[in-house]
Amino acid sequence: MDSDDRIPLSERPEWSDVTPLPQDDGPNPIVAIAYKEDFAEVMNYFRAVYRADERSPRSLDLTAEAIAINPGNYTVWHFRRLILEALNVNLHDELNFLDDIAESNTKNYQIWHHRRWVAQKLGTDASRKEIEFTKNILSLDSKNYHAWSHRQWVLQALGGWEDELDYCHELLEEDVFNNSAWNQRYFVITRSPLLGGLKARRESEVSYTVEAILAHPENESSWRYLRGLYSGDTHSWITAPQVSSVCLKVLSGKRNFVFALSTLMNLLCHGFQPSQELRDAVDALRTPDDSPTDPDLANTVCLILERVDPIRVNYWLWKKSKLPQ
Amino acid sequence: MGELAAEKHVKYILSVEKRKDDFQSVVMEHLRMNGAYWGLTALDILGKLNTVDADEVVSWVMSCQHQSGGFAGNVGHDPHILYTLSAVQVLALFDKLDVLDVDKVTDYVVGLQNEDGSFSGDIWGEVDSRFSYIAILCLSLLHQLDKINVEKAVNFVVSCKNMDGGFGCIPGGESHSGQIFCCVGALALTGSLHHIDKDLLGWWLCERQVKSGGLNGRPEKLPDVCYSWWVLSSLIMIDRVHWINKEKLVKFILDCQDTENGGISDRPDDAVDVYHTYFGIAGLSLLEYPALKAIDPAYALPVDVVNRIRLRKKLAV
Repeated sequence: MDSDDRIPLSERPEWSDVTPLPQDDGPNPIVAIAYKEDFAEVMNYFRAVYRADERSPRSLDLTAEAIAINPGNYTVWHFRRLILEALNVNLHDELNFLDDIAESNTKNYQIWHHRRWVAQKLGTDASRKEIEFTKNILSLDSKNYHAWSHRQWVLQALGGWEDELDYCHELLEEDVFNNSAWNQRYFVITRSPLLGGLKARRESEVSYTVEAILAHPENESSWRYLRGLYSGDTHSWITAPQVSSVCLKVLSGKRNFVFALSTLMNLLCHGFQPSQELRDAVDALRTPDDSPTDPDLANTVCLILERVDPIRVNYWLWKKSKLPQ
Repeated sequence: MGELAAEKHVKYILSVEKRKDDFQSVVMEHLRMNGAYWGLTALDILGKLNTVDADEVVSWVMSCQHQSGGFAGNVGHDPHILYTLSAVQVLALFDKLDVLDVDKVTDYVVGLQNEDGSFSGDIWGEVDSRFSYIAILCLSLLHQLDKINVEKAVNFVVSCKNMDGGFGCIPGGESHSGQIFCCVGALALTGSLHHIDKDLLGWWLCERQVKSGGLNGRPEKLPDVCYSWWVLSSLIMIDRVHWINKEKLVKFILDCQDTENGGISDRPDDAVDVYHTYFGIAGLSLLEYPALKAIDPAYALPVDVVNRIRLRKKLAV
């Protein structure tokens, strides 16, 4: 808002009957609040209509002004909802109002909460618009936590699952390190009513993930996703040929192999029987400084991890201490 | 490595009160109760709570209480569970919990529990696992935990657990260090830590440490001083804090200080604020930095304050 063009409320005829109500901070505020003039005036009038519980069109406009100055004030939002209900306002207009302020306030809890309140009232009609809206916000910041929460809520409450897996793919094509997109993918695979659940999708998801891992073996998110695909099914995890083979491929490449080693470590802890090829691949990662070959592969894996991931050396030492001797 | 500019931070926190023309304080109006909690707890950890007039603070806190029993972020605002906890914590710091009508505050918090065990933040119903922690902590401080359905509350928190061992804001939500702190805290306070795969979560949390020594909130995100609190306290609650490099983290926090005017920022060379000043100091306290009071990772209050409250309960029983 350009403050030069703004007419103070005290000079507007429609507000002449209202006496502004200043903030009472108590005698000697501990975290004293400084007010800019415009903001102070708007809030003084706001407090007056709020105190009088005046649910009128001009109060609605005033809440918009107050929100423009400080969208974090939850009392203003709260009153706005009361007015919207009382005046029976067209809620599609309210969504448009929110569109305008959303882009510059994408991490504001109140706006998202208000948006959900409106969408919930509109029901399944709002689904498509909300899916599009969150897509716009995520195009500005693909990890925006609020946008993802809202989108998950929309899918579950209002529907719109049809293109969601494609959307996840699109985002991962853009940035395969986007943990939010991997999380959403897991959300879709495990919860979409259209896909048949995790077990039905596991094979194709494993192939998808293995490809992503091979392209960027240093990606924490894709490795965790792979593990998640076998959540609660340790037997399949340690016997799946695709899992041990992706470890082998990355280890043989000798670059960015920390997560491959930690995955191998996890497999070994669960009773996985390593092939000679895997043993050789691990052995090839040893440096002359490492202690002599240990017959126990897990020990060697830990040794290498201690060296290549020194910031977490205590974690790897602990892992080693937990190995059956 | 530099040292903690403790005196400067005390001055900075006290000076926030005197600033009249800074926009930051304008937009903070509605969450002043949080600001009071951050600033005052930081002062207490630094051993300087006595520089503040307790009666003044207590009377302001009480003037923010709504007839529903909940507290607002400031006088004339609406109550929210966020500010209700901050109000109770501030009163606890000053050993003034006895000014509260405990039943009234309890009724407010109890009234926010939903059928599925989750908690809403206020009457408008936003649900978030943060609010579960806040409700549970608030009632723990008042010795009223038995007034809610703890089993259902725990079940909801557990339903926010992800395959990576972390927790999100609602079931299916991405794991995030801040949410993890809330969920681990809620489980710790209810004696339910057995629901956590500590090794899996501990590994996820220690992977949050980046080369600079700082901690981030999610994979591939930038480090931020506030995660020194969220991640560290979680690691302590699940007994895995030795998995990170403490020296490097101490250095990262100290590098975020404004050594001239006091205060701590999110990352080195950024602008300071009360929020990051508190989380930096609280983080250093968890790291056992010299001359700081110890802070309790679940209660987010100095250990002596928590002990005082626990002792009261024992005496009452």
